[in-house]
Amino acid sequence: MSESPSDIAVEAELSLPSGLTRERLLGAYKTMCLSRALDVRIWTLNRQGKAAIAASAQGHEAAQMGTVLATDPTRDRYMIYYRQLTAMLALGTTPTEMLMQFLARDGEILSAARQFPLHGAHPRVDLFSFSNVVGTQLPQAVGVALADKMKGRDAVTISFFGDGAASQGDCHEAMNFAGIHKVPVVFLCENNRYAISVPLEQQMPVESIASRASSYGIPGVEVDGTDVVATYEAVKEAVDRARSGGGASLVELRVERLLPHTTDDDHTRYRSKDDIERIKGMDPLPITEAMLKRQGILDQATDDEFKEWARREVDDATDEAEAMPFPPVGDMYEKVLESDRGGNSHA
Amino acid sequence: MPEITLIESVRETLRMEMRRDPDIFMMGEDIGPRGGVFLASEGFVDEFGEGRIMNTPLAESSIIGIALGAAVNGMRPVAEIQFADFVWPAINQLVGEAARVRYGTNGGKFAPMTVRVPYGGGVRGGLYHSQSIEVLFAHTPGLQVIAPATPWDARGLLRSAIRSNDPTVFLEHKRTYRLVRGEAPDGEYTEPIGKADVKRAGSDVTLVTYGLMLHYSLQAAEKVSQSDGIETEVVDLRTLRPIDGETILDSVSQTGRAMIVQEDTGAVSVSSEVAAIIASEGFFDLDAPVMRVTAPEIPPMPFSPLQEAEYMPSPEKIAASIRRLSEV
Repeated sequence: MSESPSDIAVEAELSLPSGLTRERLLGAYKTMCLSRALDVRIWTLNRQGKAAIAASAQGHEAAQMGTVLATDPTRDRYMIYYRQLTAMLALGTTPTEMLMQFLARDGEILSAARQFPLHGAHPRVDLFSFSNVVGTQLPQAVGVALADKMKGRDAVTISFFGDGAASQGDCHEAMNFAGIHKVPVVFLCENNRYAISVPLEQQMPVESIASRASSYGIPGVEVDGTDVVATYEAVKEAVDRARSGGGASLVELRVERLLPHTTDDDHTRYRSKDDIERIKGMDPLPITEAMLKRQGILDQATDDEFKEWARREVDDATDEAEAMPFPPVGDMYEKVLESDRGGNSHA
Repeated sequence: MPEITLIESVRETLRMEMRRDPDIFMMGEDIGPRGGVFLASEGFVDEFGEGRIMNTPLAESSIIGIALGAAVNGMRPVAEIQFADFVWPAINQLVGEAARVRYGTNGGKFAPMTVRVPYGGGVRGGLYHSQSIEVLFAHTPGLQVIAPATPWDARGLLRSAIRSNDPTVFLEHKRTYRLVRGEAPDGEYTEPIGKADVKRAGSDVTLVTYGLMLHYSLQAAEKVSQSDGIETEVVDLRTLRPIDGETILDSVSQTGRAMIVQEDTGAVSVSSEVAAIIASEGFFDLDAPVMRVTAPEIPPMPFSPLQEAEYMPSPEKIAASIRRLSEV
């Protein structure tokens, strides 16, 4: 299907925000296609009994892609949690590396398969995430950013979290300290309105997490997280502020979680049929696809090509990852302490 | 060499380390112009500035979480938890997070951080200024736990803690701060983490202890030596994780009798672990059952003075226990 030439002409006049070219946007969409194809595959691998657990990023792709686009992976730092599949790919992690996490294979890059997927430290990007306890990364991110401020480096730390983590005391403590000391951190909330099954109105008496920012003396904005350009603009402003010494910001990206919390969850227990049907309209993949087509950045042939490419990449990565062995049992004893003296000396 | 108090040793060690390494900074409640409630950082703001001596909000979880983040990003923070009793809000960041950084990243990140924790009772601190909190940390793989009892060890071990590339809980017994005096040279020396120290030689009974109880135990050992001719070997653990089983077992193999003295309550505690080490690896050296002197199983510790005194192990109670053990 080809676009109407008049539509292209109108949309092409819309100027993109500084730093965001048509080529970058097209590349971003391609990564989103890859993320979706990989996400679907991981869910399948779970149902086949091969991947023990997965938290899907479906619905969060534009939010994560727009965020990474607004940062500089050569100098910025990323504290993620467990739903950042798109961000991981956008930061240069390969589908094979991702699948080796979900399949817990030898040579897994983040944690040597000690941790749940997406936890550990990245060997190429300054990206790390230690914990499944939501919100713990927020004070840690403030500490990371504080170290950069102390050392006079111009790195910015992006701390991803969800609406669930926003209820933790650590969230308050982190933002409070960041506000006091103007540390270069961006608190990046992907608000999908559900903490597993607990809806937003049972998590907080206000509708906006960003509205809390004023309590910490930092700017807070609420953005449509299905809009990759709007996300980019909001995060870019926050990153620029942090990099120029203006301190912390809170960016709330409104998204929908298209699948249950994890492969172990069943959202039909707590979401109505109507709601589950309605959120399909908030899928960032078709939303981004339509936007790019309207702007004349993407045509159908390229779109088909991207999706075919993503399918092949994921197939190849699946074969490659599944061929890998599990880590040797003896590896589990290593790297407890620098001295590898974790147990009592008599043990 | 002049004698100094334990708190002076801590303070001057911190000062020397801060001067040596610009990546070290301190954070905690009231550590700024107030100098900390125990004056461990007295005068530090004037010398090092507010950038390196950071007063924090009353928020222990983030004190540790922020220190952890700074540690994995090239700094060497020394965080102070004002009283051990206030550490519980920070447990997740310490036990759940810091302890797992190196392991959970397969060595990709590590956390060179020291958490100083004034602890212990006998100071009329009641339920919330008296607690011994060491056992939870000593139970945790990925942490190091140090509990020095003398100015010398405080200096040598605090240096080792700060220079270590792993998270270390450094326990300072409040009662020892000004009660205990001793030598601690200014010069460069360290004491090894994970190594116990025989503070008194003796051939009849091995007494394993740490912290304030070292001093009570030494008093008791002198007493029974003079009154009964019983010679007690006193082993100061100094490090609670990892526990130096070798030094304990060496001593037990000479004496054949072992007791453990701790201020903490006994159930599932450091003394339980030491008893287990002796039972599993030194059993055939024993001439008598392992004895423990601990606090009673009530929440530490009553504010009222007679009850507090009853709660705390004392030199007299320890001496009586040594006599009983030597008669078995």
